[in-house]
Amino acid sequence: MTKKTLHSKTISIASLSLLILLAACGSGGDNKKNEGADQNQSSESKASPVSASVPDSGKEKVTIEYWQYEYPAKVQLVTELIKQFEAENPNITVKQTNFPYDQYNEKVATLVPAGKGPDVINLYYGWLPKYVSSGFLQSLPESAFPASDIERDYYPLVGAAKIDGKYWAIPTAVRTLALFYNKDLFTKANVEQPPATWQELVDTAVKLTEKDSKNQFVVEGLAFEPGAQLHHWYRDGLLPQAGGEDLSDDRRKILWADSPAGLEAFQYLVDFAVKYKVGTPGVFTDDAAAFKTGHAAINIDGSFRLGSLKSDAPDLKYGIAPLPSYKNKSVPSSFWANAITSNVSGAKLEASAKFLQFLTSKEVQEQWVEKVGELPAQKAVATQDKYLNDEKLGPFISQLDNSKAHFFIDETGERTLFVDAVNEVLLNGVPAEKAFQSLVSKTQKLYDDYWAKAGSK
Amino acid sequence: MIARTARTNAAAGWKTIPLRISYRTQRYLFIYLTLAVPLLYFFVTRLLPIIYSFYISFREWNILSPSKPYVGFANYSGLFTDEIFRKSIVNTFLFVAVGIPGQLAAGLAAALLLQSIPRFRGFFRTVYFIPYITSIVAVSWVFRWLLMPNGWVNSALLNLGLDAQLFLLSPRQALYVIALSMIWQSVGFQMLVFVTGLEGIPAMYYEAARIDGANAWRRFQHITLPLLNPVILFSAVIAGISYLQTFTQIVSMTGEGGPLNSTRTLVYHIYKLAFKNFEMGSASAATVILFIIIFAFTLVQIKALERKVEY
Repeated sequence: MTKKTLHSKTISIASLSLLILLAACGSGGDNKKNEGADQNQSSESKASPVSASVPDSGKEKVTIEYWQYEYPAKVQLVTELIKQFEAENPNITVKQTNFPYDQYNEKVATLVPAGKGPDVINLYYGWLPKYVSSGFLQSLPESAFPASDIERDYYPLVGAAKIDGKYWAIPTAVRTLALFYNKDLFTKANVEQPPATWQELVDTAVKLTEKDSKNQFVVEGLAFEPGAQLHHWYRDGLLPQAGGEDLSDDRRKILWADSPAGLEAFQYLVDFAVKYKVGTPGVFTDDAAAFKTGHAAINIDGSFRLGSLKSDAPDLKYGIAPLPSYKNKSVPSSFWANAITSNVSGAKLEASAKFLQFLTSKEVQEQWVEKVGELPAQKAVATQDKYLNDEKLGPFISQLDNSKAHFFIDETGERTLFVDAVNEVLLNGVPAEKAFQSLVSKTQKLYDDYWAKAGSK
Repeated sequence: MIARTARTNAAAGWKTIPLRISYRTQRYLFIYLTLAVPLLYFFVTRLLPIIYSFYISFREWNILSPSKPYVGFANYSGLFTDEIFRKSIVNTFLFVAVGIPGQLAAGLAAALLLQSIPRFRGFFRTVYFIPYITSIVAVSWVFRWLLMPNGWVNSALLNLGLDAQLFLLSPRQALYVIALSMIWQSVGFQMLVFVTGLEGIPAMYYEAARIDGANAWRRFQHITLPLLNPVILFSAVIAGISYLQTFTQIVSMTGEGGPLNSTRTLVYHIYKLAFKNFEMGSASAATVILFIIIFAFTLVQIKALERKVEY
């Protein structure tokens, strides 16, 4: 559910980073990395590296490095949080480094081999398998984060961070998708309530769609951008709602085509653009822009959009409703989580775990909702009345119990395949069934390749 | 520096063989040493990485993982069985095939027109040159806005009674639209090169031809074109390399080389492999292939350049 923003990178920058990387990982980089791995092993063999109490670590000063991507509200809050944390733990210093979202993976890829990696890193959950299979992360210390506690306190979607029976990352906040609807456009079209079922969504979207004399969109009934949130809507929303399943329990097999529900959901999705023509990709550049400017009556978007709507379109009158349902209820969700990198050990590991505990505490989760707008990851925090009764946050939180987070092995790769399948139907007139079959087999191949690689290590 | 060292050595009365280097040689030594500094920089930042990427291309080089086993030609064979990689090569060649002739023709036309006007030459030259110095990202986004489904261009088409077009959202049009934006952006540069070339052609040839009764087209065909040959080849090399490296326009206009990979270029594919998938081995193999393509391309051009230009 990452933002699909575009950013320029001239080839010179790409090659320059390649050069820097190449220069940096001559022999020195490799050695360091191996050393780190060794240290890590030795520290793991020690009994419980993190103790709950703070014994003698008060004497030595520890500095840990925290990386996250640049998002003003988040950076501001984390800076504030670090101050609070350092006041509580005078022996620990946290250094925060931020990178623009588009360059985040790139920076990790270039700086880590040079031995300049972070101790605690903020990651999109969809990237975890890649980071874990590369040996870049260590599992969360069991003493500080017992698996049973995580499963008791957190929403089940956090299970996406569990790989090989261990948790590798833990979120402060989570996000779900919901229906954003423009109240003025609803009033204008005499629609009183937001749609609650599949059929109602189709009817409402058709009613709200407005085209000019030349058949061009003035208002999209439903914004249609497969590469933004719609592919998530398919995997964790439409598909389970229709009674289908996403992945096998061992996460090796794509089950979309194992029941008719998969195709039914795919057909339902593409019909908005192909059959009902209530929206099409690229209108007003993208779905979020179309909704912001009042050119889309309904958009399926995430809780993370609340902040930018507030700042970019303060006068827009819009409401939030749970996603329409069909046979079952289900809603896509996702999260950014914090993890500890593999070569952190000893006092640093202790400090890192402490920092993680702090970042996932109730107080921080509350500050996070209020300042960043993302939903608390722990049930007890999220279901407080002050959040449930909030006009905007409430619908998001009420859906969390039915939320699912698809286990991505390659977030961009899987998204691209989905967008391509929709485009085949939309632009090349390929029958939905054929595009769907090809989508399933290509996605399955991604999984096969991933597991083959993971197995060979 | 050497001179000074030699002198101090002598002054100190060291029992070494005196460095008897003439002033001339010293001067040359100094110049060569000075010239060697940028060369060293070039070696470290350019040549070494190129050689290193050859090395990486034979390994499974996951950037985050400490083990980087040797895999022989597996990265290369993996690339060639990858349908999307093959498509990106075809796209890259399409960019070159459309871009170079387009860019040369547009630049030459602008230069010839500019040469035949008596006034406002400086003004037009500036106007035509502005796109060249404008940020590619800015230009790309303006094109995107103009060409979006309900954008300005489509509304103009509809007003003329034509059908609206998908442009960047169409797998059949997007590549050409991007090539067009690149041509538009580089017209100014090509125009300047051609203006310089045209000014180098002695006017007496034209006068002689006119006396012989040659019309404008024949003068262009038999004087301008042959004498511009070196300039045309220079422009073609520069344009060719830039089209082989198409990247920023792709990221800015079609995001991920879409729709349906119709605008994915080789360089974009390399970027994706390296920084999205962390597969440096495959990315390096693709880079080596790009290197070979550019190398071969330039060799052909140099061969053509060496042809004697007849006066």
